[in-house]
Amino acid sequence: MLKDILKILQSDARTTTKQISAMTGIPGTEVTRLIKQAEKDRTILKYKAIVNWDKVEDEQVWALIEVKLTPEKDVGFDSIAERIYRFPQTRTVYLISGTYDLFVLVVGKTSHEIADFVSQKLSHIEGVQETVTQFVLKRYKEDGEIIDGKEEVKRQPVIL
Amino acid sequence: MSTKPRKHPGKYHISQRAKQISPSGIRKFFDLLASTEGVISLGIGEPDYATPWHISEAAIESLAKGYTMYTSNMGMPELRQELSRYLKKECNLGYDPNSELLITVGVSEGLDLVARAILNPGDEIIIPDPCYVSYSSCIILAGGTPIMVPTSEENNFEMSAADIEARITGKTRAILIGYPANPTGAVMSKSKLAQIAEVARQHKLLVISDEIYAKLVYGVKHTCFAALPRMKESTVLLGGFSKAYAMTGWRIGYAAAPAEIIAAMTKIHQYTMMCASTMAQVAAIEALKSGEQSASDMVEDYNRRRLVMVKGLRDIGLSCFEPHGAFYAFPSIKVTGMTSEEFAERLLTEEKVAVVPGSAFGRCGEGYVRCCYATSLADIEEALSRMKRFVDRYKKEG
Repeated sequence: MLKDILKILQSDARTTTKQISAMTGIPGTEVTRLIKQAEKDRTILKYKAIVNWDKVEDEQVWALIEVKLTPEKDVGFDSIAERIYRFPQTRTVYLISGTYDLFVLVVGKTSHEIADFVSQKLSHIEGVQETVTQFVLKRYKEDGEIIDGKEEVKRQPVIL
Repeated sequence: MSTKPRKHPGKYHISQRAKQISPSGIRKFFDLLASTEGVISLGIGEPDYATPWHISEAAIESLAKGYTMYTSNMGMPELRQELSRYLKKECNLGYDPNSELLITVGVSEGLDLVARAILNPGDEIIIPDPCYVSYSSCIILAGGTPIMVPTSEENNFEMSAADIEARITGKTRAILIGYPANPTGAVMSKSKLAQIAEVARQHKLLVISDEIYAKLVYGVKHTCFAALPRMKESTVLLGGFSKAYAMTGWRIGYAAAPAEIIAAMTKIHQYTMMCASTMAQVAAIEALKSGEQSASDMVEDYNRRRLVMVKGLRDIGLSCFEPHGAFYAFPSIKVTGMTSEEFAERLLTEEKVAVVPGSAFGRCGEGYVRCCYATSLADIEEALSRMKRFVDRYKKEG
């Protein structure tokens, strides 16, 4: 039941309780209770918009940074990861398999800002061995949404 | 639907056969629709999704590789092989890919082929009323006569075996059923289908089962007619990819039937169609091999919109039978005292919402309209609120 509600909210966070109730057959009061509960236990972290910043001429620089770490005794990577994800510049932080250990998405206003973050902050954190910074040149798709286009294909007005 | 010949003295000689069928029972409504701006249409009987990308991608790749020639008349061997495997898995039916399967240009072609393959002039096929618009026309074009079995909301728009049996004559060649149904959204229960199977067996009749909406069922199970005991040998199963895989524009479907019938259908197909389009066949292979997830995601989404539509129609004050299949709701508009055509025309003019008059699908569709919920939730909600205004205005008291 909760899963059905979450799927609906994940595709459109603005779906109202009334709509969710109609879409699932779950009574409105129960929908409200389940959502409240999910917000409380942090199953739902936040409701946000996916924005195409290019449309508002707000320069943003994105960088994907791969980080190699030296694991710490007892806590592994978690405490180093925390020291990194505490920085508000980091948008996304994942522990990954492969050559590198962390994947960090950093968003800044200029490439300088990001360069500063990497050289002044990130590389100084104890346990960080090596970083590879890749600047994003173009965003095509964001969290499942195609950024440009989504041209509506017209259907025939009536098809029997 | 009217089958009266349209009278206008033309410049050219047109055959009696072509004149016999009407372009559509609701021509006036179509003209009105074409001249109205800003319409929300609940009249579009096809998915509102584009074909899942992996399916389109497979076809694009095949074009790049040069798969642009004719295929075997019956369809690509690999597709027939996959289809055979699929029908085994879905319905536990074993069809020989070399003699019992034919790839067609949609179920529409399959229907035409089977009608032409089995009918002599004057032969009859029993069909449900209301039903998809091309059933009776295909039969008439093949020289046959469609015999309607009335169905009703009270009986969940299911065909009854007794009603069918009462219409069997010495000329009856087949019973044509189409469930999940367009326009009603009805799904027939296994037990009711078994009763039809019994009648077919007793009277040695063929059953043509249009199962294009087989995958679009909600909270119930679809019964493949050919999978009923001893029915495979007397069933022509028509299926396709249009609805389940959002592939309407590809025009690709299939017929599964006893070898003798497939052979007759293939003869007609080879002279009129050669083969289904090659790129569509490649896409169909991909759909069968790995389209399951995309199809079930779409079904899950249709179901949400189905619930919104049906509840919304009932909240407006229209009685609406619970549609368990396809993507149509078929509410009764009798509280307005209008005919379904009048309702559709005035709703379009006054509130700019397009629904299809039930009368377009047969006499028993009178008093109902077809509302397709394969459209965006926002449009469904807006259409419902416009329909509420309209119904409030014309609802007869008591």
